[in-house]
Amino acid sequence: MRNYIDFEKPIEEIERKIDELKQLKGYGDKKVIEEIEVLEKEAKERSRQIIENLTPWQQCLLARHPDRPYTLDYIKAITEEFIELHGDRRFSDDPAIVGGLCRIDGIPAMLIGHQKGRGTKERIQRNFGQPHPEGYRKALRIMKLAERFHIPIVTLIDTPGAFPGVGSEERGQSEAIATNLMEMSLLKTPIVSIVIGEGGSGGALALTVADRLFMLQYSIYSVISPEGCAAILLKNDKPLTQEDFAKAANSLKLTAQHLQNYGITDDIIEEPQGGAHRNVEETARNIKRFILSSFEELHGIDPFVLVEKRYKKLRAIGVFLE
Amino acid sequence: MGWFKKTTKDSLEEKKVKIPEGLWVKCPSCKEIIYRKEFDKNLKVCPKCNYHFRIGANERIHLTVDGGSFIELCPGLSPVDPLEFEDTMSYEERITSNQEKTRLKDAMSIGIATINKLPVVIAVMDFSFMGGSMGSVVGEKVVRAVEASFETNYPLIIFTSSGGARMQEGIFSLMQMAKVSAAIGRLKEIAVAYISVLTDPTFGGVSASFAMLGDIIIAEPKSLIGFAGARVIQQTIKQQLPEDFQQAEFLLKKGLIDMVVHRREMKMRISNILKMFGFCPLKK
Ligand SMILES: [Zn+2]
Repeated sequence: MRNYIDFEKPIEEIERKIDELKQLKGYGDKKVIEEIEVLEKEAKERSRQIIENLTPWQQCLLARHPDRPYTLDYIKAITEEFIELHGDRRFSDDPAIVGGLCRIDGIPAMLIGHQKGRGTKERIQRNFGQPHPEGYRKALRIMKLAERFHIPIVTLIDTPGAFPGVGSEERGQSEAIATNLMEMSLLKTPIVSIVIGEGGSGGALALTVADRLFMLQYSIYSVISPEGCAAILLKNDKPLTQEDFAKAANSLKLTAQHLQNYGITDDIIEEPQGGAHRNVEETARNIKRFILSSFEELHGIDPFVLVEKRYKKLRAIGVFLE
Repeated sequence: MGWFKKTTKDSLEEKKVKIPEGLWVKCPSCKEIIYRKEFDKNLKVCPKCNYHFRIGANERIHLTVDGGSFIELCPGLSPVDPLEFEDTMSYEERITSNQEKTRLKDAMSIGIATINKLPVVIAVMDFSFMGGSMGSVVGEKVVRAVEASFETNYPLIIFTSSGGARMQEGIFSLMQMAKVSAAIGRLKEIAVAYISVLTDPTFGGVSASFAMLGDIIIAEPKSLIGFAGARVIQQTIKQQLPEDFQQAEFLLKKGLIDMVVHRREMKMRISNILKMFGFCPLKK
């Protein structure tokens, strides 16, 4: 079953018709096949129109689409082999972050990503992709392992944010994130980060200090969610509306295109017609191409030079008068 | 121009902690009415409940460093509006009004000074400037302070007070977290101490970057410190929070900070630690 979000409804109607026609006894009939072809063309055209006119808020919703491929979907599509590693060796194993050794086109790599979970049960188990400190500590542990064996690191970013809870505060959510930011900047092995869905604030950033940063075309990356932003600015006001969120999303300039314009990302990875969820294989192929070309560019660079370059890039970010 | 109608977080929070002018001061923690003279003499600490009132950057510097020793670095750094952010007022207007109100360029001052004759690089946040939020200027100043420590080998002391990242600067403010943490990472490779002093409040992007990266982390009593605000946590988990949740003493108990130190003892404690690490007074 496909899920459709609000602005995809016109496509849903057409695709439902197509499904009905396919169920018909007369399927195989020349006329019916022709009709299906016409409808499929229309669905394609409609989804093109919708995508071309997406507002930033709609792009947030698309980035959170329940059918959007997650880290594990890409791992399946991109790697020939994946051996998952578990636990931070201190407290627990956080299912909101997955990671492990893999091969991409034969090249060993350490692949780490947020995992939201599909379906209610798995979503709850994975805490909707919102990590606790142990998730960040697991990620750092296996990144350091990668460093020791000169294995490149790939991180896939897709989280609403680090989890705001009692346990996460007690176990040092801030410290875990800060430490990852600091340690990742020093890792002597190439790091490639790709925002595949939601880049939710510090919880996303904590896996995103990299030599190459890419964003999928309809992903977002923001200091705060539009809902959070609207809640702060409209504190004590009436219940927040979609319109408030849309305005906040506009203000925050959080789309891949904005970040590319600001020079934060290195490139945008194209998504198929209608978004990544309409064709997982094609999206995965595009991602894989970017990973492999980054590996090639970063391969053989002296680790000290690599770290120096990574730092210089970060050091230069900021806009101010002096 | 603005589309949001209501007052913002900053102005609301300022109201909550604003010390009324006049002879008497009300403690926001225990509601005690304190005689101002006594209050000032007590370094703006409530004599009844020990709540440490928020104080501005200049006052903090005055309390912490040797008289007349502070030399400010990069005082001219000033924020701009890279996103053309829309809010109840434009970010540009907000910057101007905060600069007029606080007579500061942004939420952090940095400089070189001595503490009980020991030379240090000191950086102090000021909550009254847009809730001490970290945008490009705060991020840049932290890095410049780290660089000053790196060059001089003077220890780095940072006093934090912040609601978190400055959302009006969007992705630029988020990236400051990575930038400052990376800078501190370089300091960790040499024998220059970094003491982080957390004061009320320290949250979000500041807490999850330079604040929690101190070699020694000190907090003022009862300061609220955390990643997410209690309101957000309550809305998420829909449970009662522990009474001392996110207070400095709670963090001490959970192993997240080294010590809780009274404002009156702070200067002496810092210099004592630095001396044990081998930092010495400047030779004449
Ligand atoms: Zn009191």
